[in-house]
Amino acid sequence: MNKSMGWKVALIIGILLIFLFGIFGVPSSFSGQGLLAAMQNRIHLGLDLRGGTHLILQVQVNDAVNVDSDNAIERLKTELRARKINYTEITKPDPANNPDKILIKGVPPENSSDLRSIVSDRLPEYDLTSGAENGWTVAMKAQSLTALKNQAVTQAIETIRNRIDQLGVSEPVIQEHGLGQYQILVQLPGVDDPARVKEIMQSTAMLEIRQTLGGPYPSEQAALQEHGGVLPPDAVLMKGKSIGRAGDEGAESWYLVSRSSAVTGRDLRNAEPGRDENGAPDVRFTLTGEGGRKFYAFTSAHVGDNLAVVLDNKVQESAVIKEPIRDSGVINGRFTEQEAKDLGMILRSGALPASIHYLQESTVGPSLGTDSIRAGVRAAVIGMLAVLIFMLVYYHGAGINADVALILNLIILLGFMGFTQAVLTLPGIAGVILTVGMGVDSNVLIFERIREELRNGKTPPSAVDQGFSHAWITIVDTHITTMVSAAILFIFGTGPVRGFATTLFFGLAANLFTAVFVSRVIFDYNLSRKQRGEALSIG
Amino acid sequence: MEFFKNPNFDFLGKKWYFLAFSLVFSVAGILSMLLWHGIPLGVDFRGGTLVTLKYSHRPDNNLIRAAMDEAGLKNARIQSFGNPANNEVLIDLDVQETSEQALDRGKNQIINALEAKAHAPAGKQDLNNASALTLTDYLLQKDPQHLGTDANQRYSAEAQAIVNYRDKSRGGVLASFDELKGVVDPSVVTALQDGFFLSDFGVKNVDIIGPQVGAQLRRQAVLATVYSLAGMLVYLWFRFELIYGVAAVVTVFHDTLITVGAFSLMNKPLSLTVIAAILTLIGYSNNDTIVVFDRIRENIKLLRREKLADIVNKSINQTLSRTILTAGLTFLTVLALYVFGGEVLRGFSFALVVGILIGTYSSIAIAAPILVAYQDWRSNQGKKTLVVPAEAPKRDRLKVKAKA
Repeated sequence: MNKSMGWKVALIIGILLIFLFGIFGVPSSFSGQGLLAAMQNRIHLGLDLRGGTHLILQVQVNDAVNVDSDNAIERLKTELRARKINYTEITKPDPANNPDKILIKGVPPENSSDLRSIVSDRLPEYDLTSGAENGWTVAMKAQSLTALKNQAVTQAIETIRNRIDQLGVSEPVIQEHGLGQYQILVQLPGVDDPARVKEIMQSTAMLEIRQTLGGPYPSEQAALQEHGGVLPPDAVLMKGKSIGRAGDEGAESWYLVSRSSAVTGRDLRNAEPGRDENGAPDVRFTLTGEGGRKFYAFTSAHVGDNLAVVLDNKVQESAVIKEPIRDSGVINGRFTEQEAKDLGMILRSGALPASIHYLQESTVGPSLGTDSIRAGVRAAVIGMLAVLIFMLVYYHGAGINADVALILNLIILLGFMGFTQAVLTLPGIAGVILTVGMGVDSNVLIFERIREELRNGKTPPSAVDQGFSHAWITIVDTHITTMVSAAILFIFGTGPVRGFATTLFFGLAANLFTAVFVSRVIFDYNLSRKQRGEALSIG
Repeated sequence: MEFFKNPNFDFLGKKWYFLAFSLVFSVAGILSMLLWHGIPLGVDFRGGTLVTLKYSHRPDNNLIRAAMDEAGLKNARIQSFGNPANNEVLIDLDVQETSEQALDRGKNQIINALEAKAHAPAGKQDLNNASALTLTDYLLQKDPQHLGTDANQRYSAEAQAIVNYRDKSRGGVLASFDELKGVVDPSVVTALQDGFFLSDFGVKNVDIIGPQVGAQLRRQAVLATVYSLAGMLVYLWFRFELIYGVAAVVTVFHDTLITVGAFSLMNKPLSLTVIAAILTLIGYSNNDTIVVFDRIRENIKLLRREKLADIVNKSINQTLSRTILTAGLTFLTVLALYVFGGEVLRGFSFALVVGILIGTYSSIAIAAPILVAYQDWRSNQGKKTLVVPAEAPKRDRLKVKAKA
C-alpha cells in the first residue's frame, strides 16, 4: 500500500512542478515582481485585457481577377493583331460580378480554330466557349479562378503583415478568418490609433507607369471634347493630383493615359523618401532587373513622349521622357514629410493585389483593459475563497481534500494555458471562476456518496471506495457533456468567447484528474494513518 | 454539518405547481419577446457602432444628445454605463449609420461632434484622444528637447509614457496639463500645450460591426446552439435511452427560453458572451439532469418492484444534498462575478445567475416528470415500459437478496 501510494504522490508532485513550469517558465527571480513578469511572458492577455485594435477586413478579390482579365485582354489583342485576325470588339460585359468573363465579337468563322489555339496556348487558365452571333466567351477555369482569389488573400495577408511590421506593433495577429469569405483578421495589441493603421493598410498603393496620351485637361468634358466625344480604344481617363501652387487645392486635372502599364509595383525593388533640389519631400524608387529592362524598353521607344506615374489609379505626375531610363526614378507629388515616409513604406512592402473593405473594427482602450483585469481577478479571488471556506466548514477534514484539489486544478489550468500559448480574455477569467464552481461539483458528488455509504454502515475505507467508484461514472458523463459544449463554443466563437471555451475545457480536463485521482490519494493517505474504527472527518 | 438528513419530499406530487411556475415565466418571457422588448440584440448581432466614453466630470446626457442631433445622428442612444461614479457614457448607433464603405464614419462623427461641443480651439488636437503615434510625430516635428539621432526612440518612449499615464492611472482622461509634469520633461509639456487641448472625455472602447459580420455572428450563434443540443441528445441517447435524451433536451430548451425571456423582460442585450454563457448553462443544466438520471437508472436496477414515480422521487431525494450544494457553490461563484466582475461581464454573469437557478430547478421539476409522464403514457398504450411491473420472477428476487 505504501509503495503504490509513494509513486502516486510522486506523480502528483511531478505534475504540479510541470504545470508550475508551464505558468512561470524559469523565472529570473522568485520575488513577486519576477514571478509576475515570468507569468506575463507565458500567458498572453487577449485584446480585451491588454487594449488594442481588432479589425476584420474583406479582400475584394474581384479586383485581382479584373487585373488578370485585363491582362488577358491585352494578350488576346496582341495575338489577334499579330495573326491578322479581325475582331470588332473585346469587352467585359460585367466586370463587377463576373470579372473573369471576356466577350469577343466579330471574329470571322474561318479563324475560329486559330482563336482556339491562341486561347489554349497563351491563356491556359481560360476556357473558350462559343456564344451567339459569332461571339465568343473567354472565361477563367473554375479551378484557376478559385486559386487566383485565394492567392489574392494570401498576398494581401503578406502585404499587410509587412506594413504592420514596419509600424513596430508587438505580437500582431494577421490571419485568414471565417470560412470561404476572403476575410482577414487583424489584431494589434497596444495600438489605439486604428485610423492611422487603416490608412497604412488600406492603400492599394498600386504604382504603375503608363504612357500619357493627353492632358492635363481641366475636366473630363474637356478631355472628351478634344477627341470628338469618343476616347481612343486603348486609352483611359484618369484623375490627376490637383494642379496649382502648394496649398491651392482647387483645380482638378485629368489625363488620358494608356490602358496598360509599362512597369508596375511588382517590378519595384526599393522606395525611399528623400528631398529634391528645392528641399521638398519626394520618393525615390529603384526597379528590379526585369523591371529595369522593361522600363528601358518603354522609355527608349517613347523618347519625347510623356509618361505618367500612376498611384492608386491617380496620376501623380506626368513628365517628358528625355532619354531612356534604366532602373531608378523619382516621384514628386507635393508630399508632406509624413506622406513621403508613409508612401515609401507602402511601396516597399509590396502591392496589395486588391482593395479591402472593413467589416468590423473594435478598439479597446488600455484603461478599459486594466479595469477589466482588476474586476475579473477580484471576482475570481472572492469566488474562489468563498468556495474554499465553505468546503472546509461543511465537510471538515474532507474539505481539505477538495481545497487542495481545487488549487491544484487552478495551477494545472493556468499551466495548460502557458504551455499551449493560449490567450487569456475577460470571459476566460470568468471561465476560470466557473471551473472552480463546476469543478467542486465532482468533490461534492463523491463526498455525498461517501456520507451515504457511511450512513448505511460501511467502514471508512469501504465507504471511500464505494463513493469514488459510484461517482466516477457520473463525473465522466457530466464533464464530457460540458467539454463538448466548450469545444463547440471554441469552433464557432471568436476572440473573447474562444478564450472562455479554452479555460472551461482545460479546467474540466484538469478537474477530472484532481477531483478523482488527487483527492483519492489524499483520502488513502488519511485512511492509512487512522486506527481501525476511527471515524472519517467528512462533516 | 449537513443540510438535508434523509430528505423525503414528494417532488413528483408537486409537478403541477412546478409546471404552473414554469409556464408563468415562459409565457411572460415569450410575450415580452413578441410584444414588449423583443429580443434585445447586442451590437455583435445587429451591427452598429458602440462608443464608450469616460468623462472627467459627471456627464450631461442632454448636452451629449444635443451634440448628436447637430451631427445628424438622430437615432443615437445614450445611456450611462456602469457605476455612475465612473462618469462613463455609452453611445449606440444603428447599423444604418455603419455602412461598410466607411465603417468608422459613425464613430468619427460622434467624436467630432463631442469635441466641437467641448470648445476645441482651432488647429489643436485633443490630447485625451490622441494616440502614442500622433504624439510621437508631433514631438519629432517640434523637437522641444533638441534631441539628435535618438530623437525617434526617446520621443516614442515619452509619448508612450504620457499615454500610459493617461490610460492606466487616470482612467483615460486627463483634466489638466499639470498632471503631466511628473511624467515627462516640462519642455515637452509646454510643447504639447501649443498643439493640443484637453477635452473633457476619453474614448474607452469602440465596437463597430458592419452588417455582414453581424449576420455572420448571428448565424454562428444559432449553429453553435443547435449543434450543442444535438450533441447532447446523441450522447444521452447513447448512454441512456432515447427518452432520457428527449427529456434532457426539453429541459434545456425550457432553461434557455426562460433565460432569454429574462433578458427580454429586463431589456438587457444579447451579445456573443451572453450566448457563451447560455451554452455554458446548457452544459450545467445537463450535468444536473444527468446526475439525477444516473441515480434513477441505478435505482431502477435495484428497486425493480416499485413504481417508477416512487423510484424517481427517491432518486431526487437521494441526490438532493448534492444538487443543492453544487448549485449553491456554483451560484456563489457566479454571484461573485455578477457583483464584482465589472460592467463588461454584466450580461454574461446575469445569464449565468439566472441560468444556474433555473437549470437546477428544471432537472427536478421538468426532466424527472417527463420521464414518468412518458412511462405512464406508454403503459396506458399497453407498450413496454421502463420498469418491470410488480410481479418480478423468482430469479430476480434472488438477485436482489444477494446484492443486499
